[in-house]
Amino acid sequence: MIMKWFKNELLVEFFEDKMAVIGLVIFALLGILALAPSIFTYQNPYDLTQLFLENSFQAPNPNFILGTDEQGRDIYSAMLYGLRISLYVGLASTILSVIIGYTLGLISGYYGGWVDTIIMRIADIQLSFPAILIALIIMALWGEGVGKIIIAITVVNWVYYARTARGVVLSEKEKDYAQSARALGMSNFGIIFGEILPNTTAPIIVIATVRIANAIILEATLSFLGLGVPITEPSLGSLIANGYQVLFSGYWWASVFPGVLLMVLIISINLIGDRMRDIMNPRLKR
Amino acid sequence: MMFKYILNRLFHSAIVMFVISFVVFFIMFKAGDPVQLLLPPDATQQDVIEMRHALGIDQSFIKQYQAFLVNVSKGNLGNSFVYGQPALNVVFERLPATLELSVIAMIVSILLGVPLGIIASIRPRAWYSRAIMFLSLAGISIPVFWTGMVLVLFFSVMTGWLPSSGRGEIYLFTSAFTWDGFKHLIMPVLTLSFFQLALILRLTRTGMMEVLMQDYIKLAVAKGVPRKVVVYYHALKNSLIPLITVIGIQFGQLVAFTIVTETIFAWPGTGKLIIDSIQNLDRPIVVAYLLVISFIFVAINFIVDVLYTFIDPRVRV
Repeated sequence: MIMKWFKNELLVEFFEDKMAVIGLVIFALLGILALAPSIFTYQNPYDLTQLFLENSFQAPNPNFILGTDEQGRDIYSAMLYGLRISLYVGLASTILSVIIGYTLGLISGYYGGWVDTIIMRIADIQLSFPAILIALIIMALWGEGVGKIIIAITVVNWVYYARTARGVVLSEKEKDYAQSARALGMSNFGIIFGEILPNTTAPIIVIATVRIANAIILEATLSFLGLGVPITEPSLGSLIANGYQVLFSGYWWASVFPGVLLMVLIISINLIGDRMRDIMNPRLKR
Repeated sequence: MMFKYILNRLFHSAIVMFVISFVVFFIMFKAGDPVQLLLPPDATQQDVIEMRHALGIDQSFIKQYQAFLVNVSKGNLGNSFVYGQPALNVVFERLPATLELSVIAMIVSILLGVPLGIIASIRPRAWYSRAIMFLSLAGISIPVFWTGMVLVLFFSVMTGWLPSSGRGEIYLFTSAFTWDGFKHLIMPVLTLSFFQLALILRLTRTGMMEVLMQDYIKLAVAKGVPRKVVVYYHALKNSLIPLITVIGIQFGQLVAFTIVTETIFAWPGTGKLIIDSIQNLDRPIVVAYLLVISFIFVAINFIVDVLYTFIDPRVRV
């Protein structure tokens, strides 16, 4: 049902924009690297027996093309494994928040009344706070960890999907197809998830694409502040944080290269997201 | 009617603050015991019990929350475990540095973002529009801490042109008026405003493009109103309305992101304070910070809501 939306004109329109295609290609390449980092690297950064202290702080050279950190960790290898963690956190937290936010938004918009009031009040209060502050407090209470940060980001992000889903449902439920489904005696559950849901996926997909980038930035920022993913299973953010501590000693490669990769990753996602948003925005149509 | 609306919003804000106070307290109640950190390693069990009693954390949740509410109403949030001074004082002492950074960053973002957004909207396909849009893409894609790091690398580590930490010389509550202070401000402000600038730029551009496509604009052009008047008067006026809400909300974001900026540049404000206090489990400071910051956000939201009704006649009650 999702494909129905993206077939024909929309897909064609997407590929008309060169930058969006470049974004898609880069993202696909990074995705392949992140899926199987062991194929493309010569060191497993998790395996402490492969790290040798005499290799610490080597500048980029033929043996370690992007240099090493203080534990002799090869920056290039660590970056690919870090890319995997960053993408994993970004995708997992986005999928979780879509499921939770979408469901709550659909219910809220369909039923209205006090259910709607409670869910949307919580959303309102939460939205008046910057995401980073909420996530920071959760992580400060809970401690570091990949699973924990996914949940923290989900707690922050469900609101955006809930609001969008609610708005779409409010207009969809009055349309003929939803009304006739009700007249035919379909259950509320069936109408919400069988009829309305397939017709409201487009705006959610657009938001989700943009928010994946936000989730990855949020994870990296928290890791940079020491409240995210520990350096023992580093994400790009924790690699940058780790490298930043020795930046003033002149070991720039330990933080700069992971930072560049993070930047490229986010730009590629934003290029895709931007294009999708433009295509979906009816007010920009001539 | 207007008066009633404002009262209504005030009441709403008060409820939000109450909810927040409960959440903040609950969080800190669950956050763990600071006593172990505060006492020397050779402290006896008796010392621990006395310390817990002195801090009032040996009582039940309800009792503690009651005491907390009474104290909040008196403006007393307890003494910082680390600094030994009233927590609110510690936070207020550092608030000017944080607000200075946020306000200057916001001014810079608006002064650069709005004009660049207008330029990029008038001829969206021109090379300079594309250049501006690429810059803004970088702005929203580059994490704040990464901008700060790159600046430090270039201007402190490699060239030594700008100081990488501290606030410098202060004159009239701000470092903006002394040369030394100004030099200390440049990098933190750039770091903080890069993202905002890009966001404001993009919103201005989208808003302008949407408005420029409206029929009344086409009509104005068709009947011979000079293009400059159409763009800078009719179109700009209408696309600035949504921008005001965004700027209000984004100011909150800026204040929040001072946590990152202040950590990088060792800026002596509340952002660095909260990170230090989280690490030291300094409960009163964390509570005081969250309450003060929440109050600022709630106040901003209130002001934006009320202002909006003045600016946009469509939502007038």
